[in-house]
Amino acid sequence: MPNTKEDIVKEWDLTIEPQTSLFDLNLKDVWRYRDLLWMFVKRDFVSFYKQTILGPLWFFIQPLFTTIIYTFIFGGLANLSTDGLPQPLFYMAGITAWNYFADCITKTSTVFKDNANIFGKVYFPRLIMPLSIVASNLVRFGVQMLLLFMMMGYYAGQNASFKITPAILLFPVLVMLMALLGLGLGLIITALTTKYRDLAFLVTFGIQLLMYTTTVIYPLSSAPEKYKTLISLNPMTGIIEAFRYAFLGQGQISVNTLGYSTLFTIVVMVLGILIFNKTEKTFVDTV
Amino acid sequence: MAKAIKVENLSKIYRLGEIGTGTISRDIERFVKTKILKQEDPFLKIGETNDRATKGASDIVYSLKDINFEIEQGDAVGIIGRNGAGKSTLLKILSRVTSPTTGKINIKGRVASLLEVGTGFHPELTGRENIYLNGAILGMRKREIDRKLDEIIDFSGVERYIDTPVKRYSSGMYVRLAFAVAAHLESEILIVDEVLAVGDAEFQKKCLGKMGEVSKGEGRTVLFVSHNMAAVQNLCNKGILLDEGSCYGLGEVYEVISDYQNKQLKFLENNDVLNFIYVRVIDAKIEITLRMSSITNPIIGFVINSESGLKICGANSKNDGILICCNNEFSELKIILKQPKLNNGNYTLSLWISDEWKDYLFLEDAFSFQIYNNDQKSLTNSKHGIVTAEVIWEL
Repeated sequence: MPNTKEDIVKEWDLTIEPQTSLFDLNLKDVWRYRDLLWMFVKRDFVSFYKQTILGPLWFFIQPLFTTIIYTFIFGGLANLSTDGLPQPLFYMAGITAWNYFADCITKTSTVFKDNANIFGKVYFPRLIMPLSIVASNLVRFGVQMLLLFMMMGYYAGQNASFKITPAILLFPVLVMLMALLGLGLGLIITALTTKYRDLAFLVTFGIQLLMYTTTVIYPLSSAPEKYKTLISLNPMTGIIEAFRYAFLGQGQISVNTLGYSTLFTIVVMVLGILIFNKTEKTFVDTV
Repeated sequence: MAKAIKVENLSKIYRLGEIGTGTISRDIERFVKTKILKQEDPFLKIGETNDRATKGASDIVYSLKDINFEIEQGDAVGIIGRNGAGKSTLLKILSRVTSPTTGKINIKGRVASLLEVGTGFHPELTGRENIYLNGAILGMRKREIDRKLDEIIDFSGVERYIDTPVKRYSSGMYVRLAFAVAAHLESEILIVDEVLAVGDAEFQKKCLGKMGEVSKGEGRTVLFVSHNMAAVQNLCNKGILLDEGSCYGLGEVYEVISDYQNKQLKFLENNDVLNFIYVRVIDAKIEITLRMSSITNPIIGFVINSESGLKICGANSKNDGILICCNNEFSELKIILKQPKLNNGNYTLSLWISDEWKDYLFLEDAFSFQIYNNDQKSLTNSKHGIVTAEVIWEL
């Protein structure tokens, strides 16, 4: 019989108990299953364009058409300012960044519901699934960035007024912030909607509305003074502005706004992981 | 022998009807009582055993109630019980799909669970891509799958279709591929729910063979849920009987199976003549065990029928000139049939007990049993008819 505590630890590899500590995140397990994450990303990418003629080109279609429509409505009809940037370029930059964030939220926010079947049959660290969603959206985002670069190339040839600034070095940080913010919010939503689905209805149109409070279709500089604080409270505003400044040279970038976005992201992310971790153990019974 | 799994006081409750505890107000009530006032969970108290057929007073049921058992390394354990007895819940908790309400489980070694074949298969991906995906879901590293790919494809027997999307597969091919992946997992403990329902006879035997190999050959622990008693008996050396969420201990597999089958036999309840009956095949002989009360000089007769109702053989103790003496309150009697050798299939036993004066018991098709022989593994090896003929070929 084991007498000391070490012996007990060695005797068993795994202990299943009803309640585990809130901070028992099992990140080691997540790392062990990293191959699975890659498999899911590959599955999402390959199955996206199977049995299509244009294949991965479909990644271009959505931002391209959205840009055309925005240029026509917000640029042409509403005549909103674009800080002197070519309108399509201005919208394309905003849409590409925003879409990544929005996709991360919407897809992760239904992760429990969508995968109830597979989660109900086999164990793997549940966090792998939302992480893989963020990663496969990253692939999509990368392809859409190519489109933005092509457009920048075209406008550079036209001698349009935009410039790439050294802030471009912040690009990885910005992508990371968008991914984690989307992931964190998505995790919170999916954990809260396993039992009561009400919140899920809010997500799709909530994101749509959120876009208008972010500086996607207008620059922060042209926002009315009394709403500026309000718009800046949206953590995505600082990120989109910085993104646009980095690639196009127009936008308001400051340590304050980015610091606020970073802090907000970290809080949301930690909260999201904790809630998700708490929910994943029994959600199979309630989903 | 070292322990592989130790289960202590395991319980799991479910609420019938709506999800969770039903309403947000009851959720809040429960939260306040347990977390803030530190009282006992009000929803655990009113729970009752899980009898699916009768209407209960409360809609909280114990799917599992105070389960305790230990499994040793290298054991093949069959978990049996009626529908809704808690078998799948137990496997789900063991494979960490859901967590228990109370209790504790300790596990030694890596667990691979196969609650369903082909979990996570994506219809658009090819067989090969799905092997990688499914393998990774089950916990294999990519390198591990690379190494075993040929073996897996070979075992599945769908090599020709391996680069075709699995949505074009027949359901049998789908299962074959899926089981092939799972069968090649490297784990110390293998948990298998009744997954072999699909797939043809040949493949079912291949799967059972593989599982037998895993437990007997490689010394790994296997937990197997099935309603196929012949398969359980063949594959497992230990058994666990679950009934209405309670566990009737861990025992030798044939004892547990006979317990289970006796529970199903309503006529054994309050029967003062017979209280135990069991048929098994051991060393190619059919062995019938009876436990009866003391009747002076009983005469026992039996007939074995085939599934189609054909009488195959029978015997009668009086005709055989045997005098049976019963001294004890209940005495056990073994009837061993050396011949005929029955082929694989379902059979029933009719039983008759009397003495010189009157019939005590006449049960037609009282007990059904299955014959499943290891040596009839593949279809080409299967035999025709009901009995095996002993043939001498002379040239």
